[in-house]
Amino acid sequence: MEIRVEHLTRVEGHGNVVASTVDGRVRQAVFEVVEANRFFEAILRGRDHEEVSHIASRICGICALSHACASLQATEAALGLEVSEQTVLLRRLIMDAETISSHALHVYFLAAPDYLGLQSVLPLIQEDPETVKRAFRVKKAGYDLAEVIVGRHTHPVSMIPGGFTSVPRVRDFEPIRARLVALRDDLALTVEMYQHLDVPAFERPTEYVSLRHPDHYCFYGGDIVSSAGEQVPAARYLEAIDEVVVEHSTAKHARWYGGIYRVGALARVNNNWRQLHAPAQEAMRALGLVPPCHNPFQNNAAQVVELVHCLEDALMLIDTLASRGIELEEDHHVEPRAGRGVGLVEAPRGLLIHDYTYDERGKCEHANCIIPTAQNYANLDEEMAEYLAQIASEPEDAVRRGLEMLVRAYDPCISCSTH
Amino acid sequence: MAHRPDRRPRVAFFDFACCEGCQLTVLSIGEPLIALLASVEVVQWREAISEKSDDFDIAVVEGAITRDSDVPRLKRIRERAKTLIALGACATIGGPHVSANRWPTQELLSLVYGEKAAQFEAGEVRPLSAEVKVDIPIYGCPINADEFLTVMKHTLIGRPYRPPAKAVCYECKLNGYECVYEKGMLCLGPVTRCGCNAICTSRGHRCFGCRGLVDDPNTSAAFEVLEEHGKTLEEVVGLFEIYSIRAPRVRELAEAGPHRAKPEKAPEPWRFGSNT
Repeated sequence: MEIRVEHLTRVEGHGNVVASTVDGRVRQAVFEVVEANRFFEAILRGRDHEEVSHIASRICGICALSHACASLQATEAALGLEVSEQTVLLRRLIMDAETISSHALHVYFLAAPDYLGLQSVLPLIQEDPETVKRAFRVKKAGYDLAEVIVGRHTHPVSMIPGGFTSVPRVRDFEPIRARLVALRDDLALTVEMYQHLDVPAFERPTEYVSLRHPDHYCFYGGDIVSSAGEQVPAARYLEAIDEVVVEHSTAKHARWYGGIYRVGALARVNNNWRQLHAPAQEAMRALGLVPPCHNPFQNNAAQVVELVHCLEDALMLIDTLASRGIELEEDHHVEPRAGRGVGLVEAPRGLLIHDYTYDERGKCEHANCIIPTAQNYANLDEEMAEYLAQIASEPEDAVRRGLEMLVRAYDPCISCSTH
Repeated sequence: MAHRPDRRPRVAFFDFACCEGCQLTVLSIGEPLIALLASVEVVQWREAISEKSDDFDIAVVEGAITRDSDVPRLKRIRERAKTLIALGACATIGGPHVSANRWPTQELLSLVYGEKAAQFEAGEVRPLSAEVKVDIPIYGCPINADEFLTVMKHTLIGRPYRPPAKAVCYECKLNGYECVYEKGMLCLGPVTRCGCNAICTSRGHRCFGCRGLVDDPNTSAAFEVLEEHGKTLEEVVGLFEIYSIRAPRVRELAEAGPHRAKPEKAPEPWRFGSNT
């Protein structure tokens, strides 16, 4: 059996599913990445500290806010800038907004059609308009929350080293807060929809890597931890993670202590589920997701769980900001200096690292960005081979669909991974 | 109606080297997008649907061209489309990775892929118009969602669309925002095409020039502002290089002297089906 899906659909970016079997045995199973490289690490060189995050956020249209946050953290660490508690709260809220918007896109528009036997959500516009409207509502709520804070979800306007060029007033949050409260019903229906989807039975343990923060379910700040008990301070990520060039991918493959691993929603839920807000833990149980969960298809369920979590978290953060007040902190003057800094966040698709070195004029001299999807590719290739072995006896169409679904369940962000 | 009355206009989305943020901006329009989707037939959109037909009327193409091997795909899209819409900064002016052109391709490949560099392809970053005729450019990094809807409406009723041709300063002033130069910062507003409603200056930031050089820049006024605020042409070109292959044009205009630049020939407004 020879399977070749050129330019897999319903994913961000260009990749091919390539697999073959001989007498029911797996000969090959890889995900080819054919996306054009945009050389972001090269073009950041020579740029001023204030231009760097503006450019770096443009690595990705879906997770621009994560890139901006990681980029700013790296620049601030390099230049010795401290940010205020208010800035951290606003950035955590930004991460919640992006996770809601990104996960909504995936669970509704990209992944769900696989389980409903559809090619896309388009047929549902006629058949089930309420579901389509709900999908747009959830996605747009995250998008509009980001707009309130930083002007635009893709690409943020007001984020600069040290803080923001402008901040929202407390009352600017009122309309979006009301929409987020109403969104609880939409997310209850989202959980219900995923409860009824038929998830393929397939288990494959791997090592799950994510950030962990002592105080909260972590998207911003914290150290790197793995399900095997490793713990690495953020700034020392190079002790654990390196990247290698592979022939079938314009994106490099990252390794964790030389081996394969998985990042993203499933890794975060597996590692940090105890810190989820209570309604998200309820959703987790309702979806039959029992950590540690080793079914890669359940990454979709983990995203639904995080939708519930991020909604509650966003409401909590908005209320915290409202009670302490929001002020524009005027002084963001930066003294150029030479130095290196590392920034890490949990982007919707997993651990994201930006690492910059600045020269004494405050110009970027060296940049290294490690993208979540690049960290999943090696794991995905091995997993495709194992899953193919399990389903190889099925008709070719079913095998092709199964492999496509497996890749999609990772929610790969391909152009971002190549950057 | 300019299109065939027996069927809804067929729309296809494509992308080349980009972040896909402009397509995401389209997907984030929300309910008005559902109405648009009802009046057309989306027949290909790799990012969002698995349906796939090469029979389409309107091609919406995001991204820049960076590899010669991608050109035939773009040309096939152009041949099949009655209307080709270039979506966003990468497709219209090169976009935020256009400054890769400052380095030799081999150096960039070696930097990323090391000794395996020879296995990978790269080339000059250029907008779609370097390879094919573009009917309607939608500028911006990312695009403005309202402008996308306007362009689609114009296209569907067969009305010509011409992109905004004033500078960002115009929209900034209309909104009454404080001039960025007054705050001591360099801003590309005086020479950048508007249509963004000055979103960056509305948030206390400056214009980075993501919509490219306005058709007929008032360079003498722009350079007066620079002089008055002690900013240099080098700084302007450096900032302009973030997005636009036309950064050298800014230098040219400056060196042509302190007079109003001779406008380049303005493009003919485009009509649905005019090139078929």
